[in-house]
Amino acid sequence: METLGFLMDGFAVALAPENLLFGLLGAILGTLIGALPGLGPANGVAILIPLAFSLGLAPETALIMLTAVYAGAMYGGRISSILLNIPGDEPAMMTCLDGYPMARNGKAAEALAISAIASFIGSLIATIGLILLAPVLADFALTFGPAEYFALFLLAFATLGGITGKNPIKTVVAACLGLMIATMGIDNTGVQRYTFGILELYEGVDFIIAIVGLFAISELLTFIENRAGKGHQTIKVNKLSLKWADIRGILPSSLRGGVLGFIAGVLPGAGASLGSFIGYTMEKKAVGSKGYFGSGDPRGVAAPEAGNNGASSGALVPMLTLGVPGSGTTAVLLALLISLNITPGPLMFTQNADIVWGVIAALLIGNFLLLLLNIPLVGIFVKLLSVPPMYLLPIVTMVAFVGIYSISNTTFDLYFMTAFGVAGYVLRKLEIPLVPIILGLLLGPEMEKNLRHALDISDGDWAILWNSGLAIGLWAFAAAGLILPYIVGPVLRRRMRAANPEAATGD
Amino acid sequence: MNSHFTRQTLATASFIAVCLTTGASAQAFEPQDFAPQGKVECLAPADPGGGWDFTCRSVGNVLETLDLVPRSVQTVNMPGASGGVAFAHVVSKRAGEKQLLIAASTATTTRLAQDQFNGMSADMVTWLGAVGADFGVIAVASDSDFQNLNELMDALREEPSSISFGGGSSKGGWDHLKVLMAAREAGIEDLPAIKYLPYTGGGEALTQVVGGHITAFTGDVSEVLGFAASGDLRVLAVLADQRLQGDLADFPTAREQGLDVVGVNWRGFYMPADVPEEAEAYWVDALDTLYASDEWQQVMTSNGLIPFDMQGEEFEAFVNQQIEDIHQLSAEIGLIQP
Repeated sequence: METLGFLMDGFAVALAPENLLFGLLGAILGTLIGALPGLGPANGVAILIPLAFSLGLAPETALIMLTAVYAGAMYGGRISSILLNIPGDEPAMMTCLDGYPMARNGKAAEALAISAIASFIGSLIATIGLILLAPVLADFALTFGPAEYFALFLLAFATLGGITGKNPIKTVVAACLGLMIATMGIDNTGVQRYTFGILELYEGVDFIIAIVGLFAISELLTFIENRAGKGHQTIKVNKLSLKWADIRGILPSSLRGGVLGFIAGVLPGAGASLGSFIGYTMEKKAVGSKGYFGSGDPRGVAAPEAGNNGASSGALVPMLTLGVPGSGTTAVLLALLISLNITPGPLMFTQNADIVWGVIAALLIGNFLLLLLNIPLVGIFVKLLSVPPMYLLPIVTMVAFVGIYSISNTTFDLYFMTAFGVAGYVLRKLEIPLVPIILGLLLGPEMEKNLRHALDISDGDWAILWNSGLAIGLWAFAAAGLILPYIVGPVLRRRMRAANPEAATGD
Repeated sequence: MNSHFTRQTLATASFIAVCLTTGASAQAFEPQDFAPQGKVECLAPADPGGGWDFTCRSVGNVLETLDLVPRSVQTVNMPGASGGVAFAHVVSKRAGEKQLLIAASTATTTRLAQDQFNGMSADMVTWLGAVGADFGVIAVASDSDFQNLNELMDALREEPSSISFGGGSSKGGWDHLKVLMAAREAGIEDLPAIKYLPYTGGGEALTQVVGGHITAFTGDVSEVLGFAASGDLRVLAVLADQRLQGDLADFPTAREQGLDVVGVNWRGFYMPADVPEEAEAYWVDALDTLYASDEWQQVMTSNGLIPFDMQGEEFEAFVNQQIEDIHQLSAEIGLIQP
């Protein structure tokens, strides 16, 4: 009851005309930031903080605007994934897998609409979870030690086979490449690995640089090659025709993705990328052979989008209850809270109830605004596709270059990004999928860190890795994810063959 | 040669000191030789949102309010190598620039002391001053058996690897060194055997301590405020020379428990080398004025910064001493070759 009262107060603050206006502005800015490759949500929010201060906004208004930016960026990331096969930020990577094929099949508008709805559902689930369960979840997050985190990342890698079907070995190769790139930089013990005495490499490879290089620049290179050859197929632009059945079809996927994403978001060491990744691979497992993932299955768009939005709202749980950021963006939001004279920590909910509930209310309102904003905007976004690629791709790449440079202010990153682009082009030629590379790069360092911490604590005794019930459970899940396809797969195939002898011959 | 140099530095120091103390009256009689014109740039050697970024933006705002800069201060982020990329950039490309400030902290001196900036050293830039500090802290979960710092050190003395410390800096970084300084003071010899687990930030390390996965937290006072207030964390010692002010006065110091360890994480600035003396004096003076202002005191209290007022020659001497100390300690525990 008390909770409800606080939430009502929060709504009263968030619904004040001025706050609503800045919330809307934030939602639009956030969508743009998310959609532009090269400018991740964390940097977007950070860049807007001084703007909020120089406009002389009241603390709650500033916070509401930036929360809307945060939520908006998660919506925006999918747009370039679907339309251009270039993820706007790292959690939007999984949306490329089915979103882009949908667009190529002439269903760009549906893909955008479905992903907006799924994003909304994911955020809604997570925000409700945040309202009802925040204190319980904070305790849950504390039970995760290094061994549990390691098992969790292992679980993610075990389901890696769920990403791309054609050639599993190439998926493994790609993931290994990602893991290898992830070893660059100063490691846990202070030893330099593959830094070659170059200062810029000391902190390893920035995901944004790798993503923009591997996806955007290699896309441009591939385009140039096609153009020189037989010419590039333009994608048909369609009008949105979304039936209730379509929405109902993706509802279960969105719910599952949202819940999984939320759990990943709550854990401060996991993050939104893990949320969208697990959302996708688990969905593929759940749907099984009935799906056509990888070639434009709407459920493959809904699950990761619900996952990453669930995770981004879930990341607010450790931020608001423990004062520990669950992602790069929440770290920036936390910095903003500190500059508003709020001490991060377990007392935030009690001591600064007005601000905390204001944020939560702003998040709910922001999500409604974003849904309302995104469905009509689908038409405008889709129009982007009617811009000939020969203009569109160079512009996108240019924006990416400016974005990257505006964050790091060094030309080194631009050269590095170009090198990634060339590598991405070669990998595309070899038909090695790019998504697992980024996953290896994102998850590898965390996995290594937690393994080393676990072994440090136990003086090198490996038994610590399965010392708690939680860890054993995660190991069991990982093992099931790895082994089940080999047991269930043949059984399913046999059953299908029995049921439909003609169709199965092609398998 | 050496003594001559010292005398000259002393002379300059006293000259600056006179300027500082006489302050406004001196300005009234002789026109200032240098005043910034146009754009003033503050380089934050990290991503937006971190400590250095905060130093630049907040100091920039207050400088502006106090009319110490003609227009605004533009914050430029240049992350990489814990400040190394920015340091190299300033040394090689920005020498002599009079309107460029670079945010720094104890993390910068630690890297310099351990020679992690590719052979660059502290004398390649001009050290201006500190505008506040965060003192070191060692803490355990509130359900831990350790009631004070000495009990923790006794356990370490018995078996150095029995306790795992977690902190937000990398191995060999400032948070790690604070533990080692305390342990050395407690007479523990096998320093390399002490376990230190580096986390992405102080917050992440704190969840591991409160969650019971590791024994002790090492970090800065501003990081533990939330968990200490909620009663989840027991602060065993603050590494300050005396008890802190206000609510923080409850935390015991290491010194009062018989271990003479002070760990200061200062926040401040350097600027490029080969800057005219007038320009350097201007910025030293500006930081001093800023520090004394109500506006800055407000920023300090709301961000958990603790008074630490040191500018000019005194600050430079402090920086060099800190680098010397950290170098010695790092060599002792085998982090670097002596």
